[in-house]
Amino acid sequence: MIDIDRYREIVDSLRTAKLRTFATALSVAWGIFMLVILLGAGRGIQNGVANNFRDDATNSLWLYAGRTAKAHAGYGVGRRIEFDMRDFDALLQSVEQIEYATGRFYLSGQFTVRFGSNVSSFDVRATHPDHQYIEKSIITAGRFINETDLRQRRKIAVLGPKVVEQLFGRRDPIGKWIDVNGAAYRVVGTFTDDGWQSELSKIYIPITTAQTVYGGGERIHQIMFTIHDASPETARRIESQVRRLMSARHDFAADDERAMRVRNNVERAEKIMGLFAGINFFIWIVGIGTILAGIVGVSNIMLISVRERTKEIGIRKALGATPRTIVSQIVVEALLITSISGYLGMTVGLGVIELVARYAPKNDYFMNPEANLTVVVAATVLLIICGVLAGYFPARLAARIQPVEALRAE
Amino acid sequence: MLSIQQLNKSYPLGQGALHVLRDLDLEVEAGEFVSIMGSSGSGKSTLLNILGILDDYDSGSYSLDGVLIRDLSEHKAAIYRNRYIGFVFQSFNLLPFKTAVENVALPLFYRKVPRKKRNATALEFLDRVGLKEWADHLPNELSGGQKQRVAVARSLITHPRIVLADEPTGALDTKTSTQLMGLFQELNDEGATIIVVTHEPDIAARTERVVRLVDGVIAADGAPDELELMTTELEAPAYTDEPSP
Repeated sequence: MIDIDRYREIVDSLRTAKLRTFATALSVAWGIFMLVILLGAGRGIQNGVANNFRDDATNSLWLYAGRTAKAHAGYGVGRRIEFDMRDFDALLQSVEQIEYATGRFYLSGQFTVRFGSNVSSFDVRATHPDHQYIEKSIITAGRFINETDLRQRRKIAVLGPKVVEQLFGRRDPIGKWIDVNGAAYRVVGTFTDDGWQSELSKIYIPITTAQTVYGGGERIHQIMFTIHDASPETARRIESQVRRLMSARHDFAADDERAMRVRNNVERAEKIMGLFAGINFFIWIVGIGTILAGIVGVSNIMLISVRERTKEIGIRKALGATPRTIVSQIVVEALLITSISGYLGMTVGLGVIELVARYAPKNDYFMNPEANLTVVVAATVLLIICGVLAGYFPARLAARIQPVEALRAE
Repeated sequence: MLSIQQLNKSYPLGQGALHVLRDLDLEVEAGEFVSIMGSSGSGKSTLLNILGILDDYDSGSYSLDGVLIRDLSEHKAAIYRNRYIGFVFQSFNLLPFKTAVENVALPLFYRKVPRKKRNATALEFLDRVGLKEWADHLPNELSGGQKQRVAVARSLITHPRIVLADEPTGALDTKTSTQLMGLFQELNDEGATIIVVTHEPDIAARTERVVRLVDGVIAADGAPDELELMTTELEAPAYTDEPSP
């Protein structure tokens, strides 16, 4: 049976000691609030980083040609290594685990791009068709570069959403001709990308077209490929296989890291996972600290509050309050304060996170902050339990004091 | 109503013990209006605390309305206090955050009387001490005499077997003291058993029976006019209680 009378008595006494009630409530609410913010921020960072990473296939290896740093086969150091289309074909033939592969031909700087009277400058990337899968570009209209484009060195372009927006506004870009540094390209498709923001203002053209138009011969600056089995061991094995292949083809030492740089994204992914684990660990340590501080705060206040009320307890006992009544009143008081303020801290914290998630500007390193509700609720319950215990023990002591002693207290 | 036999009480003091009450015998009948007099250290407050089940005693016996009060658990003691005893303290001991009527009603809260009913009863008792209009005032809005009348109303609300008043006029001026003793007299006329502890002869003189304690034993017991209260050595107490503002 719910004893409304008893609750009224408790609410009365809470209202009387406003400062005490407020201090207790604040220490609980603040603890929970900080915990929620902390968990939310940690998750936001994690989501942001994970999202950037998701954009680049985590089972990929990237090769960059450089300059030799070791003398080899009669050549001196500092020789420039250059990849070409034949290296690309050789790679495809010798590494059977390759899933997708693309070259990139660098076009230096930004290009002035024009459609009608709209002029702007964007990055232009010259690639193979598979680039779509390696960069995880999402085709929103038309198509991406295909093999025929490559063979016929077609002057076609695929545009990112920001390019479309700035050049075409709300018009349909498909089939229109755009002018890139004086050369005309037909738009065959548009894409979007949910990784780095800068991906959204890219223009893709066939690699062979770029090699022809911008005087690259057969040259490729960067080769990217993905492998089926993305275990770090396989990736490392393939990395050394590729190293052997390329060093043989270009006469550099297989262990010359400078002649060909390899970015092994499988290993990077492993490191990022390690970083996440580190962030999580840190969040837990700080979170537990926050909760402990809250517990200490609540315990202190309850202890002081019971001591402060010794006289009141004495009077109540003289009037017929049993020890159990006294203890239960103080415990229910503690329960009421901690649960209401814990709930409040939780709600406000989740609200702030929700606001940040909704209104904060888009950022590559922070997105979708969220707090694990189970953890937050568990922490709140823990704080409530501790608050109740913190009320219970001193209350039991106070209720045991002889009423004469208690009445004498000031 | 109230019977004490061979009661002893001592407090540990340094190596030894302070023997406060020695082999005390006391009988109080229902409807009596008794004052317990004595100087500071005579043991009168200790006796009152034992009578009020606020403190234990070492040996002897104390029975109240035929019930032996001895080695009670705190739980039992609280229930007996609520059922048998009404307290009036020198420093009033009202809860500062409760209104007059809520203070009066508090003992009924511990009897689990519903709020409406106990507040209605409390209002009746406030009316009886002439404070009905002050029911919704907090203690700090009342004068000392008014506070003590609230305390008297609170002590009566459970229809106790005895009302114990510990220096009830200690914090009051002469005029208010006289009024309070008048109120006690009225209540006694209506049948209440009242025991007042005091060191003031003129207060004791207004009761019907005076028990004078000296060093833990009863030195005199009788009607006030038989005891020549005004001429005793008790006139200059060792300390005076500080009157509250």
